[in-house]
Amino acid sequence: MEETKGSIAKLILIGGSAGSLDALLKILPAVHPAFRQSIVIVLHRKFSNDNILTGLLSVRTKLKVCEIEEKDIIRPGYVYIAPGDYHLLFEKDHSFSLDDSEKVNYSRPSIDVAFQSAADAFGDSLICILLSGANADGTEGCKYVKEKGGVTVAQLPRSAEVAYMPSQAIASKVVDYVLDIDGIIDFINKL
Amino acid sequence: MEQLLDDVLEMYGYDFSDYTKASMHRRISRLMVLDRFPSFAEFRYKLRTNEDYLKRFVEEVTVNVTEMFRDPAFYATLREQILPAIASKPFIRIWHAGCSTGEEVYSTAILLKEANLLHKSLIYATDINPEVIKKAKDGILPLGYMKDYSENYIASGGKEDFSKYYTAKYDRVKINESLLERVIYSTHNLVSDSSFNEFQLIMCRNVLIYFNKDLQNKVLTLFDGSLENLGYIALGSKETLKFSAISGRYKQVGKDKIWKKQKEA
Ligand SMILES: C[S@@+](CC[C@H](N)C(=O)[O-])C[C@H]1O[C@@H](n2cnc3c(N)ncnc32)[C@H](O)[C@@H]1O
Repeated sequence: MEETKGSIAKLILIGGSAGSLDALLKILPAVHPAFRQSIVIVLHRKFSNDNILTGLLSVRTKLKVCEIEEKDIIRPGYVYIAPGDYHLLFEKDHSFSLDDSEKVNYSRPSIDVAFQSAADAFGDSLICILLSGANADGTEGCKYVKEKGGVTVAQLPRSAEVAYMPSQAIASKVVDYVLDIDGIIDFINKL
Repeated sequence: MEQLLDDVLEMYGYDFSDYTKASMHRRISRLMVLDRFPSFAEFRYKLRTNEDYLKRFVEEVTVNVTEMFRDPAFYATLREQILPAIASKPFIRIWHAGCSTGEEVYSTAILLKEANLLHKSLIYATDINPEVIKKAKDGILPLGYMKDYSENYIASGGKEDFSKYYTAKYDRVKINESLLERVIYSTHNLVSDSSFNEFQLIMCRNVLIYFNKDLQNKVLTLFDGSLENLGYIALGSKETLKFSAISGRYKQVGKDKIWKKQKEA
């Protein structure tokens, strides 16, 4: 069962909470079908049935969308959805780990936890994007991502359905780029 | 971190070296913050020199989060398909490996009771962490959790009045003794302890996510050796037996994370 170390160059990790689904439904279809990096999405959500979200997103993009199972290897050109009720962690061999420990920022998955763990595994190959939300989750994560040499992006607060989450990160001076939806699309497609 | 885990193995015999790195790293960082260690060196020193602190280490690096009727759909399958399939056995033995504080065990006991099988069943409830085993034995839970648990119970197809399974006192509830009479509790380390019986059903949910693939294979092989022909292994909702060393002899039951051992070819 030996799998070789993943071969991805860059990881794009997107965190979102209230109001972020709308943003994602605009961003994903606009990502170029030949996109060769990997996208991982960590959302706070009420409904626990993960298939709904995966279904919603997969019909809107040519990229392969899949729900993460523990130990999956991260592959280029895929969009991965973090399952509900587990924290998402990243291993140095570019595989996923899941962890059902205590909620962080009232959330599981927590965006901070995912950002921090990805920063440890990917360092300066990591790009984190923080979308709409009503929670302060993500700010600590962005801070850590920057310490490890990664890049952070926040959705332009006035373009977000709920501005609080990106605003928090921006106010804490842990964000490299503040972009609206079109800006984020452009940014991803140029990677 | 590797050095620290080596210490723990050498000095105390607990082997955490095949736990997933990312999770272990998180748990250790969290414990260092909780207990206010100024440096990793001091943390390591404390662990090396203070056996009592090892106890705390084991309690805190393992994740003990659990619920009654967690993943109601899983329990519905257990109720509707698995228990009926093993009901004809004269004697039913079930192993909950990594049972944490017992919520899962109480749930299974309720299902067995409702299927009128509890009297001829034995549930072995084991965990590496002695502290959670103690709690599981006590059968005492915060009253505040009962609303969620009762909803889970109903979602899993439960038809009874959930509150008849416990008695409430102030802000706590005690699970009925009669449900727990058929449970045997013990510490058991899946990394180093061996098989101790043959079972018709082994449940090990949300434990393998903390193990690397080698250790997962080792533990699944241990389960395979502890399972009767045509017995069942149940895993957590994001875990799989699929790519494991024992997958050849197992067939998944529907869409749930339950596998049935096939007869020897
Ligand atoms: C997240 S809990 C899962 C509880 C329950 N099975 C559930 O799914 O709700 C994981 C449990 O596995 C236990 N565990 C971790 N390593 C173990 C080992 N080597 N042997 C036995 N149990 C272990 C932990 O102590 C913890 O109680």
